[in-house]
Amino acid sequence: MNELLRHLLNLPPQASSVARGIDTLHYTVIGATFAGVALVAAITLYFIIKFRRAGAAPGTTPRVVAPLWLELGVAGGLLTLFCAWWVVGFAQYRELETPPANAIPIYVTAKQWMWKFEYPGGPASSETLVVPVGQPVKLIMTSRDVIHSFYVPAFRIKQDVVPGHVVTTWFEAIAPGSYQVLCTQYCGTRHSFMRAQVIALAPEDFARWLEAARGPLPLPGAKGEGQGLAERGREVAAKHGCLRCHSIDGTPFIGPTWAHSFGTQRALAGGGSVLVDEAYLTESMMDPNAKIAAGFQAVMPSYQGLLDPEETAALLEFIRSLRDVEPVRPAPPPTGPITLPGGSRG
Amino acid sequence: MAEPDYLRAHAGIRSWLLTTDHKRISIMFFVATTLAVMLGGAFAMLLRTKLLIPGPGIMEPITYNRLFTLHGVVMVFMFMVPVIPAVFGNFFLPMMLGAKDLAFPRINLASFYVYVFGACLTLWGMIHGGADTGWTFYAPYATISPTDVAPIALGVFVLGVSSIMTGLNFIATTHMLRREGVRWNTMPIFVWTLYATSIIQVIATPVLGLSVILVALDHALKMGMFDPALGGDPVLFEHLFWFYSHPAVYIMILPAMGVVAEIVPTFARKNQFSYKALAYSSLGIAFIGFLTWGHHLFVAGISQLDAALFGIMSMFVAIFSAIKVFTWVGTLYRGSISLKTPLLYVFAFIYLFAFGGMTGIAVATTSLDVHWHDTYFVIAHFHFIMIGGTLTAFLGAVHYWFPKMFGRMYPERLGVVSAVLVFGGFNLTFVPQFLLGNAGMPRRYATYPAQFQTLNIVSTIGAYTLGAALLLTLTYLIVSLFRGKRAPANPWGSRGFEWRTPSPPPEHNFVEPFDPALGPYAYDQPDPKEAA
Repeated sequence: MNELLRHLLNLPPQASSVARGIDTLHYTVIGATFAGVALVAAITLYFIIKFRRAGAAPGTTPRVVAPLWLELGVAGGLLTLFCAWWVVGFAQYRELETPPANAIPIYVTAKQWMWKFEYPGGPASSETLVVPVGQPVKLIMTSRDVIHSFYVPAFRIKQDVVPGHVVTTWFEAIAPGSYQVLCTQYCGTRHSFMRAQVIALAPEDFARWLEAARGPLPLPGAKGEGQGLAERGREVAAKHGCLRCHSIDGTPFIGPTWAHSFGTQRALAGGGSVLVDEAYLTESMMDPNAKIAAGFQAVMPSYQGLLDPEETAALLEFIRSLRDVEPVRPAPPPTGPITLPGGSRG
Repeated sequence: MAEPDYLRAHAGIRSWLLTTDHKRISIMFFVATTLAVMLGGAFAMLLRTKLLIPGPGIMEPITYNRLFTLHGVVMVFMFMVPVIPAVFGNFFLPMMLGAKDLAFPRINLASFYVYVFGACLTLWGMIHGGADTGWTFYAPYATISPTDVAPIALGVFVLGVSSIMTGLNFIATTHMLRREGVRWNTMPIFVWTLYATSIIQVIATPVLGLSVILVALDHALKMGMFDPALGGDPVLFEHLFWFYSHPAVYIMILPAMGVVAEIVPTFARKNQFSYKALAYSSLGIAFIGFLTWGHHLFVAGISQLDAALFGIMSMFVAIFSAIKVFTWVGTLYRGSISLKTPLLYVFAFIYLFAFGGMTGIAVATTSLDVHWHDTYFVIAHFHFIMIGGTLTAFLGAVHYWFPKMFGRMYPERLGVVSAVLVFGGFNLTFVPQFLLGNAGMPRRYATYPAQFQTLNIVSTIGAYTLGAALLLTLTYLIVSLFRGKRAPANPWGSRGFEWRTPSPPPEHNFVEPFDPALGPYAYDQPDPKEAA
């Protein structure tokens, strides 16, 4: 029955300890909704057929007024039903809002447009949250810029992540698997790309993973033995999501492409130009709005404090290594203000 | 020959632009709000077209984000909020009270120009680049958005001023200009709903104006009221915004409920099943509606106690709506039902509003809201109320009062066809969106995971159907303005006061004062005029 209703209502799998109970209330409320509307429809259709006008309008119709007991009965009956839902719903809400004492804490930082997860004692990762099955996990969350919302449909949990506030939510995965994380609070241009996943592992697998991920901390430069700094930069770019906005083959995108950019002169919004060198690139990472390239929006967040010096150097080296890449397409033309209706490209 | 009707009483463009006749101002609002709904509808069609495929498709994400913002701003502030009060309220509130005009005819005209000014500011902001914040302007995104937020926020502020002017005028008129014999307990229900709406407009709209001005200042001057980077608090904005915008839902739906309460007795030829229930529930919605705004913040980090209180208040406000549905259905009992287009729209309204309202109870149930919040379930829910409710009632009102306003009949058969198409197209558009929300598709999504595509395609086909049906309606109504059959004074045999005068009415509304002793719903007494 549960599975049938879940499929009919197009609900995701029930992968957390609270999901089944919430869905049961969901079935009750939506079932009552359908029943209520069907009842209203049946009564009106019956009245339409029974009392339809045949021929000329009658001079008068009998005066019928709702008896007070009937009005109070309808109101009282419905209010009782709604209050019952409120009681059950609020009890579940309290459970959702109150992390168990034994929950594993994980720190979550949201920013445009990525999720970062950090375990006390390490490691940190972006885009992937690895958790053990059968153990409550408490997320301690904040945002670096605007409001985001952490949503895992399969867990039936959601929590707005508000800058300037620290908020918590929790869940307990009940089956190993990969579950989608979506941002549900509109947060700007790439809101719909701000996705991550929760990987739930069996407890022993999780322990193994955590041990391996923590490992001995690598010394700067020692990471990736035999790996060039530029290669390391490519990894850093992927890890921090740089490539979601900057292409490395010249494709026009949200931010300027890195292909054939190092050493060139770049036109700036508001006139003038700047030589693309280490100084300009570093400034653009730490204070992106200081100099905006012509034709682009001021949408890049600051990476001050997110990139350590080793990573910054690797990124610079990576961008330098792309100086001779011929762009697949010329640099994007300035987009300018859109014209409406129709959209800029619509 | 009696005095000329209001359309022919004066000629020339000046006689329209400088008129203080509430009926002519109503017609000007009719034209303006129709243009607004066409613009907002065009945005909706572009959005739905974009959502046919999951990837980038026909527009960049930032273009999509601007379009859904403009769709929301235009539809809410330029259509849904003003439309029924400014068009039908303006025209019929004085007539239903037996008055010659509103209490402040010049303020009424000014409210039109303030509306036009606000609309122009907003349009200018759109051409200038358009905001990408959503119609909710949530801070701090709205304060750091790369788009031009300020002119649109100012436009919304100015539109709010127009709304307050209309509300004040209606309150004053209802108190001061009731003709002798039209008492609070006998005046038409439409007046009650407009009165309740006006209370909300006057009390809540200033808070919206204040909030959007603060956002505009934050955006333009980096003041920081709502930006934590500068020491402000974003959740404060959410409270201020919803303090207006939840009651605003009732601003949009109460007049629609009033329309339904007029159409049902006329076409069932029947007294109201419970006049008092309809009248007082309107006030109940207006007042309790002020205490429910926090149900928009269940996942924003409010305290558990507040969530509980806002949850239970939301259950209470729903009871008033349920009582209304009960009364409309009860009015049909032992009536003489004539299934004309306006009544078809009313039935569409009752079903869609009942479903939309019940899903409102669902999202007010705290634990369920956690899953549904900011997903397509919420989109579907409020479009059931806004389109299934308000737009459907608006279309019912257009067909019901068209003969009185313009002195012409609309084509009945086309009316039925379009009502059926609107109902079908609407359901095809929004039922899939409930299922998308259940599956977890967030709102304001320029691209989406591929698993959501099938339902999005169905929804888009529904939207095209709905759009086509609305264009069909607009077309035949425009043709009817010139070619329609001449309407008699009272084509529906209504007892409503507004029907006791020629169609269209003369400039001062009535040739001779009507006798309010025969009430607007007194179908149990013979009408001496009908007998004659």
